[in-house]
Amino acid sequence: MKLLRDQSAALRTRSPVAYPGGMARGSLRRALHLGLLATLPERVTDFVKFVLVVFAAIAVSPAPTFAGEGGRTAKPVIEIANPGKCIAPAEEMRRNHMEMLKHQRDRTLRQGVRGEPASLNACIECHASKKTGSVLGGNENFCQSCHSYAAVKLDCWDCHQPKAGFKATGVKP
Amino acid sequence: MTAPQIPDSNPRRAFIAAAGAGVAGLGFTVIAPGLHLMAVGQANAAEARKAGTVASPAVRWGLLIDANKCAPGCTKCIDACHTENGISEKLPDARQNSQWIRKIELVDRRNGRKTELPMMCQHCANPPCVDVCPTGASMKRADGIVLVDRHTCIGCRYCMMACPYKARSFVHAPLTQQNPEVPRGQGCVESCTLCVHRVDKGQQPACVESCPEGAMTFGDLNDPASAIAKRIASVPTTQVRADLRLNQGVRYEGI
Ligand code: SF4
Ligand code: SF4
Repeated sequence: MKLLRDQSAALRTRSPVAYPGGMARGSLRRALHLGLLATLPERVTDFVKFVLVVFAAIAVSPAPTFAGEGGRTAKPVIEIANPGKCIAPAEEMRRNHMEMLKHQRDRTLRQGVRGEPASLNACIECHASKKTGSVLGGNENFCQSCHSYAAVKLDCWDCHQPKAGFKATGVKP
Repeated sequence: MTAPQIPDSNPRRAFIAAAGAGVAGLGFTVIAPGLHLMAVGQANAAEARKAGTVASPAVRWGLLIDANKCAPGCTKCIDACHTENGISEKLPDARQNSQWIRKIELVDRRNGRKTELPMMCQHCANPPCVDVCPTGASMKRADGIVLVDRHTCIGCRYCMMACPYKARSFVHAPLTQQNPEVPRGQGCVESCTLCVHRVDKGQQPACVESCPEGAMTFGDLNDPASAIAKRIASVPTTQVRADLRLNQGVRYEGI
């Protein structure tokens, strides 16, 4: 129980200063000898410290990260292929992109309005990964990253093309 | 101004009424009594509709297909349709493949004369597919193009049964090769869109552009100055099964 509390404290502070690297290496050596040596109280404390250092290292390392202000949950890793050109600030896009696209899709399909700022194809053109050319495929790809993280099923791609600049070829009847 | 809805028994009279409504929609200025300056060519097929504007009910897009010019055995229009709309699936049961346009052969049994013509969604003014749809997914746009809103289609296939022209297909398998401008997918019904994404850009439908014989004319039926309206006004043309009084936007010549 104490271990858990210490752990969370360490994660909250995320301070590598509290557990310098040299100490970690020393702790590791001592920890490896732990089986041979008697379970002295101070050695146990050292081991606990070592565990905490490992956790702290995870906390400050990049992806998959325990980021945020003292957060303990993993955040999605989003690859933004062409940053800085979006039609609205990121916070607004994160919260409202589905509403924007929903209203736009109805206006475009039912009323024939073209050239609206919100457009799924425009999203893809900017956000398709430079590696795969798609907004899907892996958990770092733009759409899939957040949606798999939030466990929200992506229906869009049952019909829409997730690859930028895709050219279909028809077949002979 | 609302879309011309014509509950008229005579399709020719109905068409004249539609054309009249279109002229009113295009708008004209009275210069002197009896002398009108008409704004025509507003809905020119070569002109893209401005971004942010809605499809105009003053326009009614249509096709005129000359069966006399349609070459026997030619499938250029079908190939162009498949390329444009990303139709590439080949299912084990060929009857399940999507078919937006097909060639039909008419044979006069008395003398063996054969006529070929392409058949697709006829873009009815009174579309039964729209009447029967339980979700409102099957819809007619203000400019007369009949579409399926796949966001609301539940794949019940009532519209397929209601359509007298076998124009609609159900997508049976998951798709991955869609064109970005033509989203389509499993579980929805689809049919010819009159290449709505091209028309909105001021282009012709892919089939019209591909026909080496020039057998198809696309344009605004409501615009008396358009090539299609002029032709319809001067030669006999037919709506297939005109007795159903659906007032189709696709008309045929030479059948
Ligand atoms: S031809 Fe068939 S699918 Fe096309 S509008 Fe008429 S009923 Fe609907
Ligand atoms: S299959 Fe789709 S478009 Fe056709 S009637 Fe059913 S819900 Fe409407």
